[in-house]
Amino acid sequence: MAGQIRIRAKLEGDVAEVKALMRHPMETGQRKDSAGNKIPAHFITQVIAKMGDKVVLESQWGAAVSQNPFLSFRVKGAKAGDTITVEWLDNKGETDSGEAVVK
Amino acid sequence: MVKHMTRNRRSFLKLAGAAIALSIAPLKLLAEFVRPEKALAATDLDGVFAQLGTPTDSDQIMLESPDIAENGAVVPVGVTSNIPGTSKIYVVIEKNPNPLAAAFAIPEGTEAFVQTRVKVAQTSPIYAVVEAGGKLYKTSRETKVTLGGCGG
Repeated sequence: MAGQIRIRAKLEGDVAEVKALMRHPMETGQRKDSAGNKIPAHFITQVIAKMGDKVVLESQWGAAVSQNPFLSFRVKGAKAGDTITVEWLDNKGETDSGEAVVK
Repeated sequence: MVKHMTRNRRSFLKLAGAAIALSIAPLKLLAEFVRPEKALAATDLDGVFAQLGTPTDSDQIMLESPDIAENGAVVPVGVTSNIPGTSKIYVVIEKNPNPLAAAFAIPEGTEAFVQTRVKVAQTSPIYAVVEAGGKLYKTSRETKVTLGGCGG
């Protein structure tokens, strides 16, 4: 799971506040390059987050999420040392992932 | 020489097989949440609501979004729902080419809160739509965009 997603998971009480930053161009397919050719759509379609083995967030995206997407969410029942993983899949079948330990 | 080629061909086939397996496996990334394909493809607000269902106004949804966005390409949006049993959160930007930007499934144990950044093509109302107990609720706020998010 050595991916490029940067994740921070900060414990406040028993809630882990997770902030994830992904690397992706998020091309909508509606932009044109300087030569007037359409730039093909290339965007993240699915994101899943887990704490340990438990799914804590699932999302389905369109192309309107900004380039290098940021995602934050809060997981209850967390404790220091728990592992948060985030993984994405894009419309070309590429994937990336990342993990962080709750602190 | 012939032996060699056979071996190469085998190892190539093995590699190709592995590549195919890899490219298929990630499509099952999500455990349960089925992609709202038609709602994501809808090109106006009515089209989105025709797919999701029509939400009623609620003052129990907090939508954080800027009044004015100088750069429509990166607009921070945060949604918090105080409606018990919130299971999904949708971010909808009315004037975008495809208004539904993102859909989140919130399992039990996760707070009904998400924050992300979206593109807003032009000045537009942004809707936070929440599903709870099989019903849909919404709140909205307008964001004025000085520089569009989908130009180029």
